[in-house]
This record gives sequence, structure tokens and C-alpha cells, in this order.
Amino acid sequence: MGKVLLMQGNSAVVEGAISAGVRFYGGYPITPSTEIAEGMAKRLPEVGGKFMQTEDELAGMGAVIGASLAGVKGMTATSGPGFSLKQEMLGLACSAEIPCVVVDVQRVGPATGQPTSPSQGDVMQTRWGTHGDHWVIVVSPTSVPECFDLTRRAVELSETYRCPVILLMDEIVGHMRERIELPESYDDLPKFPRKVPSCAPEDYLAYRDVDGTKVPPMAPFGSGYRWHVSGLVHDETGFPKGTPSATRTSQDRLRTKLTDRLDDIIMTESYRMEDAEYAVISYGGAARTAYDAVDAAREQGIKVGLFRPVTIWPFAEKEIAGLSSKVKGILVHELNCGQYFLEVERAVHGKIPVTLYAKYDNESASPEEMLEEIKKMTGGAQA
Amino acid sequence: MKQTFRFSGTGGQGLITAGIILAEAALLDGKMAIQSQSYGPEARGGSSKAEVIISDEAIHFGRVMHPETLLVMSQEAADKYSADCTPDSLIITDSLFVENVPVSAHRVDLPITRTAVSTCGKALFANIVALGAVAALTNCVSVESLTKAVLDRVPKGTEDANKKALAAGIALAKGVAKAA
Repeated sequence: MGKVLLMQGNSAVVEGAISAGVRFYGGYPITPSTEIAEGMAKRLPEVGGKFMQTEDELAGMGAVIGASLAGVKGMTATSGPGFSLKQEMLGLACSAEIPCVVVDVQRVGPATGQPTSPSQGDVMQTRWGTHGDHWVIVVSPTSVPECFDLTRRAVELSETYRCPVILLMDEIVGHMRERIELPESYDDLPKFPRKVPSCAPEDYLAYRDVDGTKVPPMAPFGSGYRWHVSGLVHDETGFPKGTPSATRTSQDRLRTKLTDRLDDIIMTESYRMEDAEYAVISYGGAARTAYDAVDAAREQGIKVGLFRPVTIWPFAEKEIAGLSSKVKGILVHELNCGQYFLEVERAVHGKIPVTLYAKYDNESASPEEMLEEIKKMTGGAQA
Repeated sequence: MKQTFRFSGTGGQGLITAGIILAEAALLDGKMAIQSQSYGPEARGGSSKAEVIISDEAIHFGRVMHPETLLVMSQEAADKYSADCTPDSLIITDSLFVENVPVSAHRVDLPITRTAVSTCGKALFANIVALGAVAALTNCVSVESLTKAVLDRVPKGTEDANKKALAAGIALAKGVAKAA
């Protein structure tokens, strides 16, 4: 039995990070993510960790990468304007395969936008924000307890696959407070230790796949293992090598280390989908409206369910393609003009109608508004 | 059963804190609760609102669309946040700041801030006075849980003043009940 608390989503991220063994935070406070920096500043010193408020967002990201190279789990949090600034070094973390967790609590954008209002406008930026072909993992929580669980999962995924993981939140989930039950102590929770080399230091090749997972062991700096960290295309040694074959080998491994393991990485939730003839797809804070709208539609005899992607990227292609052979229509609801929607359309490939319920006016949709959209999709179909 | 609350006023009046305390009290009573808020980019001033939903069941959508109870602590908030009330809504207004409410509902006008000043010496305690009044008028949480939630949240050394503020708020509401 744990302790029951009323907690904000941002604070649950802090607790999730501390419980997973994150011991470094570098960042610059920005609404609506500030409570994460504030919470980490309070909590890290209590557990022997370090908090660094950097001069800007770029330095915060750099410091997290540095901590991770030294073998300490690092995290930073930001919102859209800061997330834009972090993109360059996020690419370095992808290329050099440095585990780290970046939280983006979305607000209305572009630019300064509306700091205290909800939006999901950064969905495509989390996938394609940094330049070049690259692969990242993005997960998005819908509730405060899930903020805790998914922060832990983000740490685990980043350590398992040696890549940045973005925890994509929004102002709704970041700022709302609800019930959460936390363990009295985090001692018994897994801390996701990093795979380190078992060979002698002189035999260590930092980017050699030694066990078939395509994820090389990572030696912390200062442990006697020498290796070279570079954003240039590199071979197994870590030193730059730009031949066509070295480039292809490197790119293939960076991609397939994730795409080979989609069953582990992709998480989804289905709500009242068992006998559903129609599906709503929604994620993050926007999905909270969908639960109530689905319940209201069911009360009127409309067989609709909610399919909620928890992992946003890599895209749940197989799952959504599968959905398109089960239901007669899909309604995608997101707090932007249609970003995830584009991917759903692509996966469904014209098999069934896919409609977009876009909301981009600073406020979440109400269940009543969404019910109307569901009725439009189903043509008022009743059981 | 589900009850919905909206506390509105000016940034700095402690209404978001009041919302948090109410939700915490509901959890102490073993119920589900969710608290959300809306405010501008300003640190102080500007309109602010906190919303709380208390229910026996899981709560998904966290915003309050038609508040059953609306607390209004400024005229601007009355103008801005009362439009979606229903004729059955209970609107509690602070008589020091609110002259008129532009919707027809059950209005209870209470000297909330004046009571905070006369009881505790500071307008700062108005949010706790208001909480006492809200709890007494709606029976949404037990007095025991509310008292514990207040004391868990407030700075050390202010416990007695806050207890007084809460009792004064409850008494204000009981006075209204008697008059009615």
C-alpha cells in the first residue's frame, strides 16, 4: 500500500524520474513545464543528484548529454520555444547514441504563442525536429499516474535503445492535479541500469554490436574505457568514416535497433473497442475528452471505442492498419490542425473514412462537442 | 455522484490554492477529485480560475462546463466566468468586490474578504473563508477532511489563523442557511 496524493502531472514526472534513477537535470524553466525544473531542483539534492539551471535551453540539453556520457541518467524539460532550441543537440544524442529523456510540455505556438494554454502542436516536431534522417521514441501520457509510469518507461527505453526519448505532454496533463498512489519508497523499483562493456578497455569498440541487439554497450567516461563521441557519421570505433558503406551501415543500425523491436516500444490502449464499429483516435490530454464522449455515445447506442496511442513515435502503423479492417470509420481528435491525423490516413490507406476533429483555440474539446463529431462520423448510426 | 466547482477571481487571491485544498479534502474523504486551472501569463493580477470536480467514480474530462457552484471574488471574474452557469447553479459572491452577476442563478452574497480581515486581520485569508462557506453550503467534503487539507497546505505558524478563517467561512454560510 502506497501513499495517496493529489498531484500535478508535472510533479508526477519528477517523481517518476527520481524513482527511475535520474540523478541529473539541466534546463531552463519555461511555462507550462516549470514545475518539473522546480521539483527536480528540490528533489535531486535529497537523493544525491545534481540540478543545474543553465543559461539557456541549449546548454541544458548539452549538460544532460554530458551527464549521460559520464554514466548518470539525465533529464531536461521544456515547452515549444525551448524544444526548438534543443533540436541541434537532440540530433547529436541520436547520432552518438546517448540516452536521455526530454520532456516537452506543449503550449500554443509557434513562437511565444500562449504559454498557459493547451495545444498538441509539437507532434511532428518531436519526430522531425532535428535535421537529417533520424529515429527517436516519443511517448505521451494522458493522466497523472501515467506521467509517473511513462517517465519511468522513457528512462527505460532510452537506456535500452541508447536514444533520446521524448515525453510529449501538454498543458492539460502537465498542470492538472488528480489522484495518484505512489509507493512509500522507490528502493524496490527497477532503476534500468545501462549495459556496459564486459571486454577489456583496450578491446572496446564503442559502436560495435556485441550481442545482436544492435545496441552497443556504453562505457561511462572516466571508467578507463576510451572512446570518441562525434556527430559525424562514424564507424564502430566512433571515429568519423564517411564512405557509402559505413554511412549505410550506421544509418541501418540506428534505424533497425528500434524498428526491429516495435512490439516492445509501441504501447497503445483500447477503451470499449471490443465490439466497436467506429473508433476515435486521440492521445495525451486530448484523449481525456474522448473517454467521456465515447461513454456518452455508447449511452445513445452508438458502438464506438477509443484507440489511444501511448507511443506516438515510432508510429503504431500495424495497429492502426489493423483497426481499419475492424471498424467502419475513424475520427482523429487532436489539439492542432491535424498532425497525427496525416499518419493515420497514410496507414489506413483509403480503406475506410478517416475524419479529423481538430481543436486549436486554446481550449480542450468538451465531451459534448466531440459527441457531435462522433455522430457526424456514424451518421447517427444506432445499434 | 458528481459535483463541479469553479473558483474565480484575480491572480494572487489564492483561488488555485483553494481549489487544490478542496480536491485534497475530497481525496481524504475517499472520493475521486480533479483540479485544473486557467490563468494568464502574468504572475499577479489578471483573471484566474480554478476548477474542481469531485466524484465517486473515475473522472476523465477535467474541465467544468456548467459549474454547479461558482465562487466569484472579483467583478471581472463575474463578467468572464459566469456565462455557462445554469439557473440551478449556486453563485457565491464576495460582497466587497462583486456588484452584479450577469446570469440568473441562486446567488449568495457573502462578506468573504471583510470577514477575513475582521477575523484574521488580513485579506490574505479570504480564500480559506471562502472554502469554509463553499463546503458548508454544498456539503461536498467533511469538515474534518477540509480542516486537515487546509492545515497540510498552509505555511507553518499560520495554522490557528487558518482554522479561524475556515470556521468563520462555515459560520457565514450557516447564517445564510438560517436566514433562508
